[in-house]
Amino acid sequence: MHKIIERIELAKEIIQIKVEAPQIAQKAKPGQFVAVVLDERGERVPLTIADWDKDSITLIFQKVGFTTQKLADLKPGDFIAHILGPLGHPTKVDNFGTVVCIGGGVGIAEVYPVSRAFKEAGNRVLGIIGSRTKDLIILESRMKSVCDELFVTTDDGTYGKKGLVVDVLRGLLDVVEKSTHTKYPELVYAIGPVLMMKAVADLTREYKIRTIVSVNPIMVDATGMCGSCRCTVEGKTVFGCVDGPDFDAHTLDFDELLKRTKLFKTQEQKADGKKPS
Amino acid sequence: MAKSLPKQLISERVKNFFEVGLGFSEEEARKEAQRCLQCKNPACVKGCPVEIDIPAFIKLINEGKQKEALEKIKEKNNLPAVCGRVCPQEDQCEALCVLNKKKAPINIGALERYASETGVSLAGLAVNRRQATGDRRQIKVAVVGSGPAGLTCAADLAKMGYQATLFESLHVAGGVLVYGIPEFRLPKNIVQNEVDYIASLGVSIHTDALIGSTYSIEDLFKDGFKAIFVATGAGLPQFLGIPGENLDRVYSANEFLTRINLMKAYKFPEYSTPVNIGDKVAVIGGGNVALDSSRVALRLGKEVTLVYRRSEKEMPGRFEEIENAKEEGVKFNFLTQPVRILGDKDGFVNGLECVRMELGEVDDSGRRKPHEIKGSSFILNVDTVIIAIGQNPNPLLTRLTQGLKTNSNGTIRVDDHLMTSIPGVFAGGDIITGADTVIKAMGAGKKAAVEMDKYVKAVIQDLKG
Repeated sequence: MHKIIERIELAKEIIQIKVEAPQIAQKAKPGQFVAVVLDERGERVPLTIADWDKDSITLIFQKVGFTTQKLADLKPGDFIAHILGPLGHPTKVDNFGTVVCIGGGVGIAEVYPVSRAFKEAGNRVLGIIGSRTKDLIILESRMKSVCDELFVTTDDGTYGKKGLVVDVLRGLLDVVEKSTHTKYPELVYAIGPVLMMKAVADLTREYKIRTIVSVNPIMVDATGMCGSCRCTVEGKTVFGCVDGPDFDAHTLDFDELLKRTKLFKTQEQKADGKKPS
Repeated sequence: MAKSLPKQLISERVKNFFEVGLGFSEEEARKEAQRCLQCKNPACVKGCPVEIDIPAFIKLINEGKQKEALEKIKEKNNLPAVCGRVCPQEDQCEALCVLNKKKAPINIGALERYASETGVSLAGLAVNRRQATGDRRQIKVAVVGSGPAGLTCAADLAKMGYQATLFESLHVAGGVLVYGIPEFRLPKNIVQNEVDYIASLGVSIHTDALIGSTYSIEDLFKDGFKAIFVATGAGLPQFLGIPGENLDRVYSANEFLTRINLMKAYKFPEYSTPVNIGDKVAVIGGGNVALDSSRVALRLGKEVTLVYRRSEKEMPGRFEEIENAKEEGVKFNFLTQPVRILGDKDGFVNGLECVRMELGEVDDSGRRKPHEIKGSSFILNVDTVIIAIGQNPNPLLTRLTQGLKTNSNGTIRVDDHLMTSIPGVFAGGDIITGADTVIKAMGAGKKAAVEMDKYVKAVIQDLKG
């Protein structure tokens, strides 16, 4: 049993909780995740570890499905039945030079610990975060504190630059292309909706800039035993849970990933009490 | 004639997940027990990987001493309710029964199950726990993985007087007994009873702990554990490596069965894990896992075809389960090999392309090897594919533990004493053999407990010396 010690609504539909999990907190590294089971009837849901201290881990999630909705309803003092972790390979962090860290939607929460690690490793970190609209921009100040420069976008232009995160990245790369004294970033790291990560990958492929994305496929056990999270990288099947979650963006099959994340759409609606569309 | 186990009516059981085999009544059990010849040199015991004194417990049943019968079994086997149900007795104890020469062997499995059910309450048995003796009382030992090998090893270590801790990465203990074998073949409350019994022996059970990550092997030694048994099993699903395998509604049997058995997706939305399968399901494979997957899909109201590349004779699944599957209406497509899974524009399965096979020369497994018949390609009209062609050793602990040597197939290397390349770390069960039976894993768990005891005593002797 893991006690919730803090709950903050970061934005509409986006919740941050701090949960007691000392053993996981001591082991957590950037890019890793946990598998959460709310109660004895609950499903196993993977959530990125957004932050951690000595005794607790921070999880940030969007109310998108049955379980995240229920998780959002928990209050400080409530308990989560089971948390397993840390899971997945940590993000490979080194002093690469300049790293662009991109977070879209709730992916901002997930890119934050990675950006911080890149900064601590001595990189120049350029952050790009984006959401649909102003109310959904989260962790701006935290990201600012670990980035040399931070760019913010909204799809509807209600905050920051109007447009998509990939537009900002394109702008940055354009500047380098036209200039004589700046150089391309050594690495781009992106996490967010599949289509966003795909757009980033398509762009950086043109420039041959190494790009890593963190995938969030459907999982059950999250320890390599079911294969629900399988993805294709370099034409080979890999498991998101134990081979990832970070993969080379230029050889990952995003179309397949997108299709596989839609497998349970009708069931989700049924669990929510909505009519399947 | 041997008394076969009464079963639920076919028309009923295809609609529910309750146990198919119903168990002997007292009269049936005694009648069957009376058939036992009580051989002086019993062959059946030689067929049992944990060497249960089979004639002795059968005699006790015949005498109406159910409690004593169960205690007799528990001297060797910590999980009789499990073994009575899922052991392949027909290949082990029953295969060696002398009655085979003239008539049918004793139904030892059903009698073991009977003893486990009618024996005694948990509390009564817990008294049997031997008093911890001297040095061993304070000694901590760890068991990683709570499947049949791990449960057995932890129980035996506790009985020897050790402080045993059992670590499990899932949120429920039992390993393959809870995630793999369906409710209708092994009810989960029965597994839970066995786990509770093992806890009652003093084993501390720690779920949600992934050894290699949550705690490393090194952490466990630092924490004072003197010996560690790794029994992480074979749960890494194999895929066919054919096009279309990552389409939606293609499942590994492990995923499908885990969703149903562990996560109770058949009770969705009461339980929140869903399973999304269509109306026509193809299950690929010929073992017990393929049969289990087929019969689960059938109980979800689907039309099920089992696709196997050899003929019925070569099927590795238990005869009894093949019969059950047939009775229940699973269709069998023998000598058929899938070559491609077809999908629609949204990425969902809408067909399975197969070729027909014919059997040729005998291969390494002693079975005739299937060969493709040229030009025999056809499409099976299905919308769901479940792949049950085997599992490899779980790679996570080995990958995360430096210095733990493995073989090229992913199994952990051990010496004759089941010790791995790391001193004090032992391994057994499917993680060293690849996927095998429950009872063989239990045999490994027993052996490991003995070896760990010897090792710990030697280490302590060294420390004293």
